[in-house]
Amino acid sequence: MEKFNGNVLFLNRDDINTDEIIPAKYLTENDKDALKPHLLEDLKLSGFQAQDSLSDKHVIVSRANFGCGSSREHAPWALEVNGIHLVIAESFARIFRQNMFACGLMAIELPPTTLDHIFKQYATQNTTVKTDLSQNCFEFSTGGLSERVEFKLEDFDRQLVEAGGWIEYADKKYR
Amino acid sequence: MAKTIAEKIFDSHLVDTPSNDIQVIRLDAVLCHEITTPIAINDLVKRGKDHVFDPSKIKAVIDHVTPAKDSKTAMQGKILREWARRHDIKDFFDIGRNGICHALFPEKGFVRPGYTVIMGDSHTCTLGAFGAFAAGVGTTALEVGILKGVCAFQYPQTIKIDITGRLPAGVYAKDVILSIIGRIGVNGATNKVIEFTGPVVDTMPMDARMTMCNMAVEAGATSGICYPDRQTVEYLWPFVQNEYESKDSALKDYSRWISDTDATYADIVTHDVSDLEPQVTFDYKPENVKAVAEMAGTPVDQVYIGSCTNGRIDDLRVAAKALNGRAVAANVRGIVSPATPQIYRQALQEGIIQTFMDAGFCVTNPTCGACLGMSNGVLAKGEVCASTTNRNFYGRMGRGGMVHLMSPATAAATAVAGHICNSDLYQKGE
Repeated sequence: MEKFNGNVLFLNRDDINTDEIIPAKYLTENDKDALKPHLLEDLKLSGFQAQDSLSDKHVIVSRANFGCGSSREHAPWALEVNGIHLVIAESFARIFRQNMFACGLMAIELPPTTLDHIFKQYATQNTTVKTDLSQNCFEFSTGGLSERVEFKLEDFDRQLVEAGGWIEYADKKYR
Repeated sequence: MAKTIAEKIFDSHLVDTPSNDIQVIRLDAVLCHEITTPIAINDLVKRGKDHVFDPSKIKAVIDHVTPAKDSKTAMQGKILREWARRHDIKDFFDIGRNGICHALFPEKGFVRPGYTVIMGDSHTCTLGAFGAFAAGVGTTALEVGILKGVCAFQYPQTIKIDITGRLPAGVYAKDVILSIIGRIGVNGATNKVIEFTGPVVDTMPMDARMTMCNMAVEAGATSGICYPDRQTVEYLWPFVQNEYESKDSALKDYSRWISDTDATYADIVTHDVSDLEPQVTFDYKPENVKAVAEMAGTPVDQVYIGSCTNGRIDDLRVAAKALNGRAVAANVRGIVSPATPQIYRQALQEGIIQTFMDAGFCVTNPTCGACLGMSNGVLAKGEVCASTTNRNFYGRMGRGGMVHLMSPATAAATAVAGHICNSDLYQKGE
């Protein structure tokens, strides 16, 4: 699906929490689009400038325990309204991961060795990812360099992505 | 087959198994507050599905920013209030009767052993203290919960943390849970349930068990959980006395919700607390934990006593005792926020509020407010707060502020000293 393709923003740190993704002071918004300018506003990562770094990025690649902390679905929403529908990381906090798929977005785990390689090979370049859901495979590419990386997608998560989210799925299935 | 308590709860609530280890379970309670629910309500209205699966199983409260601080928070309250009214949700708590959800809902008797509970709030795991499976979820899962009374989870794997030894005087549940998070890390229990067991937990009152389970999520856990016992029955008795002949029969019934001795665990950890010192966090993760003695002398600008972690009556009692009639240091702002009106009232009757006011504390109404930097004590850039809350994330209590998490006793002693220090209540373990 095309919504899972695009330029990559690399966030090379473990434990990026949902307060960093979208600070609590913006949780008073009842409109998802209002979150747009505040994505990653409080991220503690050297060299990161939210507005510049995010420009034209559609995929995030990060490390372990991405999205820990608060249950706020405002975190996936803030990503979504910025055109980011896919986060790839070593691992995710349970609620964040659940929220991503509940919104029809993807949170995909890759092994640490694979991520080490991707960070080393691609993080300093302008890199794009193409997602092939039928093959469970990403294509990372930059300049002349490109490679396929396989991933696992649980049946249930695939069903949520195909349905467009948990509400769409559950509404049909449960009385 | 031998089962853990979480497995027993899942098996008794199973609705569907959509794939391998995912189970859709029936919910006994869906809890709502004004930050994460209004968007779910608006979405349901937009979809033409403004229904609730069972108004008696939905409980709602305005707690995060109350009284409203601006037009936006006023609107969040209004959406929740009007929704509760039109669906005849009787257990809705507004100004004057509202308190922090994870303190208020147990106090109202809304959780029982064996229950499944969700809420759009990560600290919902607090309610596992009653032998329930209680998990924080996002707005979409909450929305489905409101509409259908179900939620999807991975079939639970459990880490059992057996807390042994004897807690030294002046060392509390908060110190224990901080030391556990420091040991297993913020990712240590991700996608798992933590069972808190052992002699130390057996003697903990419900307030302390709630503090333990509350911070299970800071280790990544889906729910914290304690076995129901006589203390659980005593706490719940006013709400269940018509259901059981005696406390013994209630206890016997609740004993269904205890793990089998030969149940399978993802891990079993023994955590001896006999030598545990009061704990405090540094830096920006709840796993960055040290003994208070190692951080002693660190100056603070604000001391905050409250929240779903440590705003209950036992917490206020300990803090008042640690103040011991002394005043807050010059240059320190002391804020105390009793977690519910009942706790506030009790603290008034016991003279605790008087103690705090005499010390120079500002006593606020029950609210989540400052813990997540929304109201009632937000930090300025460069300021340091000694806090009984649950997260020391960068910017959590205000952009550019630093939060040190600690127990109410340590927070009170720190308020008096003006810098981080152990309370006089602490006596080194033998």
